[in-house]
Amino acid sequence: MNYFQLFHLPAQFELDLTELGTRYLELQRQFHPDKHAAGSERDKLMAVQQAANINDAYHSLKQPLLRAEHLLALRGLKISNEQRSFMEPAFLMQQMELRELLAEISDAADPDALIDEADQQIQQQKKALLRQLQSALDANNPEHDHQAADIIRKLKFFFKLQQELELIEQTQD
Amino acid sequence: MAYSTKVIDHYENPRNVGSFAKDDPTIATGMVGAPACGDVMKLQLKINDQGIIEDAKFKTYGCGSAIASSSLVTEWVKGKSIDEAALIKNTDIAQELALPPVKIHCSILAEDAIKAAIADYKQRHGN
Repeated sequence: MNYFQLFHLPAQFELDLTELGTRYLELQRQFHPDKHAAGSERDKLMAVQQAANINDAYHSLKQPLLRAEHLLALRGLKISNEQRSFMEPAFLMQQMELRELLAEISDAADPDALIDEADQQIQQQKKALLRQLQSALDANNPEHDHQAADIIRKLKFFFKLQQELELIEQTQD
Repeated sequence: MAYSTKVIDHYENPRNVGSFAKDDPTIATGMVGAPACGDVMKLQLKINDQGIIEDAKFKTYGCGSAIASSSLVTEWVKGKSIDEAALIKNTDIAQELALPPVKIHCSILAEDAIKAAIADYKQRHGN
C-alpha cells in the first residue's frame, strides 16, 4: 500500500506535519466504523480495514525513519526487518565511543556536563545525517537510494543512543 | 521474554571483557552493529604467527543475548586457528545459548564479528 497516495501527499521525504495531521483527522472521520454501522457487513469490514490502514500510514509517515523506509520500499528497496550486520569500522568505532561516554555519566563528578556533551554530539550527527538522507532520497535513483538505506541504518544507531541517553537522564533526576 | 540460564550466566559473568591495544600487530579487530536494535559489538583476537588465536576480548553494548553471544564466542575461538574460527556459525551460537527466534540476530552479529576480525587480520597481513 502506498501511504502517500492514501493521504494524498507527494511521495517524497519532506513532509508538512501539520498537513499530515489534518489529512489524518479528515480520513479518520471519513472511515470511522460508526459512520458505516448502517451499511452491509462488507461495508463495515472495509471501513474497519481502511481505518486500520489509515492508522498504520499515519504512524509510518509521521516518523522520519519509517517514512524514509516506506519511500524506499515503494521504489523497490526493502530494508525494514533486515537482519544484516552493519560493518563500517569508523562509524561503529564512533558509536562505541559515544556508548562509552554514556557509560561514564553515572560515575561522573558533573554528570549534567557529560549529558549535555553527549546530547550535543548526538543531535549534531542526527541533523547532519537527516540532511544527507533528504538529498539522497530527493535524487530518486537506485544509486542514491542505496546511499539513503545506509544513512537510515546509521540514523537508527543514533536514535537508539538518544533513547539510552533519555533513560540515563531519567535515572539522574 | 525469559532468558535461558546460559544467557544469564554469560550476561552476569561475561568472559573476556575488555580491549587490546589496537595498534598491536598481533591484534585483529572486528566491529559490527545491528541497525534494528542499535547494538554495537567489538571483538578482538590475539593471533600468533602460526595463525592460532591465543586470546580474545570483547566489548558489546546491547541486550543480554548480544552480550552472551559475544562472550561465548571469545571462549570458543581461543586455541583455534583463524580458519577454524571462521567456521563458527550463528546457528551454533543460537543453539548453545537457546536463543529465541527474535534474538537470532544477536548470534548473527557475533558470527559477523569473528569474520570482520579475521578480515582485518588478513588485510593487515597482506593475504
